Amino acid sequence: MATREVISTGNELSAMAGVDAGCTFFGGYPLTPSSEVMHVISDLLPKVGGTCIQMEDEIGAICAVIGAGMAGSRTMTGTSGPGMSLKAENLGLAQMAEVPLVCVNVMRGGPSTGLPTRVSQGDIKQASNPSHGDYRSITLCAGNLAECYTETVRAFNLADRFMQPVIVLLDETIGHMHGKADIPTVEDVKTGIVPRKSFDGPAEEYFPYECNATQPAVLNPMFKGYRYHFTGLHHDKNGFPTEEIETCRKLIQRLEDKVMAHQDELELNEEFMCDDLTGEEGEVLIIAYGSVSLAAKEAIRHLRADGIKAGLFRPITIWPSPAKRIKEMTDKIKNVLVVELNIRQYTDEIERASGRLDLEGLYKVNGRAISPHEITSKVKEVF
Amino acid sequence: MAFNYDSYLRLEKMPTLWCWGCGDGVILKAFIRAVDKMGIDKDDMCVVSGIGCSGRFSSYVDFNTVHTTHGRTVAYATGIKLANPTKHVVCVAGDGDALAIGGNHTIHGCRRNIDITMIVIQNFIYGLTNSQTSPTTPQGMWTVTQKAGNIDPTFDGCELAVAAGASFVGRENVTQPRKLEKLFIKSMEHKGFSYVEALSNCHINLGRKNKMASAMQNLDWIDSITVPVKKYEAMTKEEQLNLLPTGIIKQDTVVREYCDMYQDIIDVHQGKRAKITQDDFVKKI
Repeated sequence: MATREVISTGNELSAMAGVDAGCTFFGGYPLTPSSEVMHVISDLLPKVGGTCIQMEDEIGAICAVIGAGMAGSRTMTGTSGPGMSLKAENLGLAQMAEVPLVCVNVMRGGPSTGLPTRVSQGDIKQASNPSHGDYRSITLCAGNLAECYTETVRAFNLADRFMQPVIVLLDETIGHMHGKADIPTVEDVKTGIVPRKSFDGPAEEYFPYECNATQPAVLNPMFKGYRYHFTGLHHDKNGFPTEEIETCRKLIQRLEDKVMAHQDELELNEEFMCDDLTGEEGEVLIIAYGSVSLAAKEAIRHLRADGIKAGLFRPITIWPSPAKRIKEMTDKIKNVLVVELNIRQYTDEIERASGRLDLEGLYKVNGRAISPHEITSKVKEVF
Repeated sequence: MAFNYDSYLRLEKMPTLWCWGCGDGVILKAFIRAVDKMGIDKDDMCVVSGIGCSGRFSSYVDFNTVHTTHGRTVAYATGIKLANPTKHVVCVAGDGDALAIGGNHTIHGCRRNIDITMIVIQNFIYGLTNSQTSPTTPQGMWTVTQKAGNIDPTFDGCELAVAAGASFVGRENVTQPRKLEKLFIKSMEHKGFSYVEALSNCHINLGRKNKMASAMQNLDWIDSITVPVKKYEAMTKEEQLNLLPTGIIKQDTVVREYCDMYQDIIDVHQGKRAKITQDDFVKKI
C-alpha cells in the first residue's frame, strides 16, 4: 500500500481520516482533550460538501450523528470521558437500532471531571459497555500517530460492516502528540471503503431487520422509497416495537452473535519483538496498548540491551478482546507484566482470557505518562 | 366523501395504543390531512418521535419514521435535516419530552431556526408512565408524585419557543381539528423552526384525579383555558392570567433558516464566497 508522510497530531489525523473515509456528517461538543478533532473537521467537511455542527450538548451531538446515520450518511463524533458518559444512552439506541457511526474518545483522567488536560486510559472498561443492556461493543485503540489515522478509517468500514457504533480510543498523549506519520494515500483509503449493504429489490419484500442469525440489519437510506421504522425498543423485522418472546430473544442474541461469530474480521494485534520468545525461563511478556505501548517498546529495547529477552503484545482491537491469542501468549510465557494508565481495567480481561491470577501489573493514575524507565525498573523488580 | 386515511397509516398497527377518547388520534388525523393537502410524497417525509404516548405516533404513520430516546427528537431531527436539507422533517414530542428532559434541544432547535416542524402534544401530565408531574401540569392539580397538590410552577412552551428564536410558533386545541390541520399546514409550509403545541386531553391520567374523568370534561376544561390569540392580545395582563392563546403566535419570514446559512459555510470553504462577517446579519447580538 502506498503511503504519504504527514506532520500532524493524533486528533488532527483522526479528523482527516474521517473525511478521507467518506464521513459527511460530524456532530460534536467541545471537550478537552478531544476538541481539535472538531476544530479540524469543521474546516474539512464543508470543503467536500459535508456538515459539521457543534450541538448544544454531548447528548445532542450523538443524537444528531445517529439521525444523520439513520438517513444514510457516514457519521462521526469526537469526545472524551465525560462526553462518553453523557452519550451512553444514545449509543445504546445505535446498538439496538443498528446504526453505524464512529465515536472517537480521547481519554483523559477520570472519574467525573477528573484531569481534563492529562492522560489516562480510564475508559477501557466503559468502552466495552457504555450503555445498559446486552450488545457487543467494537473498540479500537490507536497506539501511535499513524494509527490515529488508520484505525479511524478501519472504524468506518467496521461500523458499516457490523452496523453499529465503533469506538476509537485515543488518549491525551497520542491525541496531542505532534510528529511525523506515514499514512495511506487518500486514493488507497477511498479504494478500501466498503459501504454499508443495501437492499435494492421491491419495497414490499424489504425487511431491514430480517437477517441471518449472525449478520447485521440491512438498513437502506431514508427518502429512497423504503419506509421502515427505527426504535430503541425491541422490534420486529420491519423495525416496529414488539414484545413477542422469540423475536425479542433472537434480536438480542443476534446483536451478540453478529460480532462474536466474525471476530476474525475484527481482531488486530501487534506482537513486537515476540518472534524469539520461546517460553524459556526469564523471558518477559509485556502487555500494553495505546500510548503506553510506545514506552513499552522503548523499555523492551533497554531490557534486551541488558540481556533480558522481552517482547510486547499490543491489542489494537481492544473489544472484543483477542482472548484466544492472549491465552496462547500467556500459556507460553511465565513472566507477564501488564502496563496501564488505570487500575487493572484491561488486566481483569487478560486474567479472564489467560486463566492466570499471577500476572504482574504496573498501573499509573496520576495523569502522567508512563516512562520506559518505570517499566524496566518494574520488570527488574518483579521478575 | 369522507377523507380516507388508510394510505398514510400502517394499518397493521391499528388500533393505536392510545386510550379511548384520547386526543392524540385527533392530532394524528389532522397531521395526515395536512400532509395530504400539501401533496407531500410519503418518501420525502421523516417523522421523529420521542418517549411517552406521543412516542407511538411515528410507528402509526407510513413515512420514514424514527422513535428516539426520551427528549431527543429535535437533536435526531437536526442530524436528519442537515444531512437532507430538501426533505420534510417533523418531530412529535410530548410535553415531558419537549419541555423537561429535552428542553435544551428544544431551545437550541428554536435558536438555530432549522427547518423542522416540532409538534408538541401537550396534555399537562406524564400520561404513559401514570400521572407524574409535567412542567405544564397546572399548580394545585393532583399528580402521583404530588398527591397533596402540585406546587411546581408551570411554564408556557410557546413563550419559551418565541424567546428562544423559533420563527413560527402556534398553538391549537384538539377540540378544533380543522384549525389544528390548518396550523400544521402553515407550520410545515414555513421555512424555519416551527414550534406547534397541540393541546390534548388525558382524562385517564390527569382527569380522573382532577374532577374531569371523562374525555368531554377534560376537553371542556381545555376549551375554558384557551382563547384565540387576537382576543388574548387585546386582554389586560390580569385577564390573560391562566389562559393560553391559540392560533399563530409568531411568524417571522425574514430570519434565515439554518441549513440555508450552513450553505454559506460550505461556499466559504469552497471559495465561492467571502468569509461570513457580522455585516451579513441584521441581528448581531
